[in-house]
This record gives sequence, structure tokens and C-alpha cells, in this order.
Amino acid sequence: MGKPHSSRETGIKWLLTLFALSSLLFLFVIFAFILAEGLPLFVKVGPGHIIFGMKWAPTKGHFGIFPMIVSSFMVTFGALVFGASLALACATYLSEYAGRKTKLFLKPALELLAGIPSVVYGFLGVVYIVPLIREYLGGPGFSILSTSLVLGIMILPTIISISFDALMSVPAGYREGSLAMGATKWQTVYRVVLPAARSGILASFILGMGRAIGETMAVIMVAGNALKIPTSLLDPLRTLTSNIALELAYATGDHRSALFSTGVVLLVIIMFLNLVANFWVKKRTAR
Amino acid sequence: MRLNPRWINKLVTWALTFQAVLAVGILVAIILVIFIKGAPHVSLGFIFSYPEDMGRHGGIFPSIVATVLLGLLSLVFATPLGVGTAIFLTEYTKESTFTRIIRFGVESLAGIPSIIYGLFGFIFFVIKLGMGWSLLSGTLTITIMVLPTIIRTSEEAIKAVPNNLRMVSFSLGATKWETVTRVVIPSAMPGILTGIMLSIGRAVSETAAVIFTMGSSLRLPTSLADSGRTMAVHFYILAREGISLEKAYGTALILVMTILIINFVAYYLMNRMVAKYS
Repeated sequence: MGKPHSSRETGIKWLLTLFALSSLLFLFVIFAFILAEGLPLFVKVGPGHIIFGMKWAPTKGHFGIFPMIVSSFMVTFGALVFGASLALACATYLSEYAGRKTKLFLKPALELLAGIPSVVYGFLGVVYIVPLIREYLGGPGFSILSTSLVLGIMILPTIISISFDALMSVPAGYREGSLAMGATKWQTVYRVVLPAARSGILASFILGMGRAIGETMAVIMVAGNALKIPTSLLDPLRTLTSNIALELAYATGDHRSALFSTGVVLLVIIMFLNLVANFWVKKRTAR
Repeated sequence: MRLNPRWINKLVTWALTFQAVLAVGILVAIILVIFIKGAPHVSLGFIFSYPEDMGRHGGIFPSIVATVLLGLLSLVFATPLGVGTAIFLTEYTKESTFTRIIRFGVESLAGIPSIIYGLFGFIFFVIKLGMGWSLLSGTLTITIMVLPTIIRTSEEAIKAVPNNLRMVSFSLGATKWETVTRVVIPSAMPGILTGIMLSIGRAVSETAAVIFTMGSSLRLPTSLADSGRTMAVHFYILAREGISLEKAYGTALILVMTILIINFVAYYLMNRMVAKYS
């Protein structure tokens, strides 16, 4: 190997290092610009008035996003109520009860479905779920209930797919040991398999939560976008994400800054969720 | 009273089967509804003609072009960056604090919701860099958004390449880079292509990050500085503003079919990769 060769190798190594650093650079620039646009307003009107403020009238100097924070958490929780148990049951069935052929067919089918654009879920929510709720339960139909249902269905493929992988990675010996001691299939699943896959399942729930809390367009379509804290399941609501998307196109001045402040709050919530999810995933790989 | 475990076992088996059928049934129903309601409104004319009257009549040709351009252009940037990062992480370093920091960056990017990418792209590319609502702003925003997908899938694929292939290449006197380009990357190609397909899929189905960076002009984009309306954005506007239910269903059908085909190819390639090395 001659010298020109090795200097070319060094050059390539440096280039690849730069490529690898680009992800960090992008992350930094994204944070820098969102914070630079969003933080000054926190300083100007005080963080309490934004985070705990009840009134959103950004052109009149009211920047309270507390109702939106509450709403975001409500529909995310609602999505988990509808989606998580159903998805976990489905994953458990697929990994523990389904035959080989069903598994071979359904797993890829679910992966395909994970790609359905979220706007499609929102659209079908408006066309089918909202009128149903309006007709049979009352209210405008655009509500916590409809939003939770749409988000719950939307996160099904994500949760099913990840918790299925977690369940499948539980060694067969665990199941055999339990069954050999005379436990029924369900006792084995409930007492041995599910606990062994716990951290992976939790991680799938948190990733589902992240998708639900970050979803924007589907939520705008079914949430009704009202500005108060919803007090019943049938009340309309506005989430942090939809607040940004509804007004960004025409906002200027402090109004625009307030949308970036909304983004800052959203970003903090998401980063926290990611840290928790990462922690659980790490614990799993450590075992 | 203690319930008989065998009896509970039966009950739970039924309950789980029911819930699995329900979950899969809902998802299948979504696809069926889109196909059944959308099919009557889709024709060659719909695909190849221009929209009229805000999309109330006519077709979606400019949106299809805008979607294809956005998907392909963001790949032009994201593929070298993403595959390069994956090669660096797997072939050129050992696990260290440095690689952990980079992985943390990649994971964090992957977790950021698309509306934040929209906010960022809007303030950075559209306003600060003065690119306006354009194909270029959209492309650059989506490039950053899909980067983690390409990095992760490529990394998995490169890791799956058996080490003895590298050993043979080195023993024949090849340099590291020669080994990477002639042995590792060709062997990992199906996996890398999976990442690329999944990224196109994300670009096609994205709305929030695209609408604020690329805008929603219905005209055919002919340069990087032109605004354009992707199919997902067009569908969103048709549905949200109640412009036309028929056209919305038709657009949804083309959109969903595109995504299903893209994901199907991605899945097929991934299976080939798995079959090859396990």
C-alpha cells in the first residue's frame, strides 16, 4: 500500500466523520432556531403567563396555552386507552396464539399499514366517527372522544409491531419451563411472557404516545379546535400541535413568536418522552 | 371462590382472538373504504389532468409531480449523508462516547414530530435563508426528517454483513474504502434500499412539515424555487376545506396505493436481506 492510498483513506474517514456530525448539526440548528424564536416571548411576558395562561388571543397580547397543554395530554391518554390495550392484545395473539402462517401473513400486512398517511385517518374520522358521535352521543362530534379514537387507531400498527417484536424475543425456554410446571397457556403468557417483554412493551407505548402527541393534521380535522379546556368527552379541543399549524401561515410579530413558544413546550414534552423511552429500551438491551 | 384456570384460559383465548381480529379488521376496513369509495373517481384522466377550480374538478397531475420531485430530491441529499453516517458508525469507529453522542443525535431527530420540522423549515429555509415556499425548502426539510430512517436501516444492514467477507477483502490487499465500496455496500444493498424506500414513503405521506415549507400552489413545479402541493397536502386541503369529497377520496386512493406499493417493495427488500444472512 503506497502513500497516496493511505492519504485518500484518511480523507475519506474525515469526510464520513463530517457526514456523521451532520445529524448533530441539524439537531442543534433545529433547537437553536425554535428556541431563538420561541424563548424571547417567555422572557417578555413571563413563562407563567404562557404555560399556565388560560386565554389565547395572540393579537391582543394573551398567549396562554394551558388549555392546549391539557388537551394534548388528554387526547394522548385517550389514544392509549383505545389503542394500547387493543394493540397489546393483538400483538400477544399474534406472537403466542397465532399459527405460523397467520404470523407470516399478518406481520408484513401490519408493517404496510403503518405507512398509511395520518391525514387519511383524520379524514375517515371526520366522515365516519364525528357524525356518529354527534348523532348518538350529542355535542358537535368534534371532540376528545373522536380525536382519541382516531389517534388510538392511528397508533395501532406502531404499538402492535414493536410489542410483537418484544414478545417474540422472549426465549422459548421461558414458555416451555412454565408449561412443563403445569401452568395453562394464559398463566404462562400473563405471568412469564408479558413480564419478560415488559420493557419492550412499555417502549412501544411511549413511542405510540410520541406519535399521538406529535400528530397534527389528523387532529386538526377531528378536534374542533376550540380554545377552552374541554370539560367533557364530547367537548371540542385544540392541541399544541394544531395550534401551531392552524395559525402559522398568517401569524406575524408576537403572534408568530407565540407559535414558536408553543413549539418549545411541545419539544420539551417530546424530548422527555424520548428520554424515558430510550431508558427503557436500554434496560431491555442491557438484560 | 376460585375460578378454574382452564376455564379462564379458554375465555382469554377467545378475548384475545376477538381483539386481534378487531384491530386488524379496523385497519383492513380503512383500506377497503378508501379503495371502494375512491375507485369510482380515479381514472387515467384524473391522474394526468390538471385541477380546476381549486381541485373541485379535474385531476391531480401537478400534485403527483410535486410528490415525486419531493421524494426523489430529498433522497439525493439524504442518501449520501445517511449511508455515509451509517458507514462511519459501523466501519470506521469503535463504540465510544463520540458514537454514542451521534446516535443520541440521530435518535432525537427521529423523535421530533413533523410539525416541529415544519416550524423549523419555515423559519430557517423559507424566511431566514429567503428560499420562500419552494420545492427546495421542502426538500431540505424532508431531507433532515428522513435522515434517521436511512441511517438506522443502513446501519442494521451493514452490521448484518458477515465479517469474513471483510477479512477476505483485506487479505487480498484491499484498503478499507475499497472493502466498503466493493464488498460491504453491495452486500448490504437490499437493506439500504429498504431505508430509502421507507424514506420516500415518509416524504409522500407527510403533510405538516411540507405545507409550511413547500406551500400549496396548485401549479406544476418546474424549478427548485417553485412552490408545489404534494398529494398528501392536496388531500388534506380538499378534505379540510370541504372542497370536494369525491376528489378527496380519489386522491386518497392514489396516495394510499403509492404508500402501500412503496412499503411493499421496502418489506420485500428487507426480507431478501434477512434471508441472505440468517
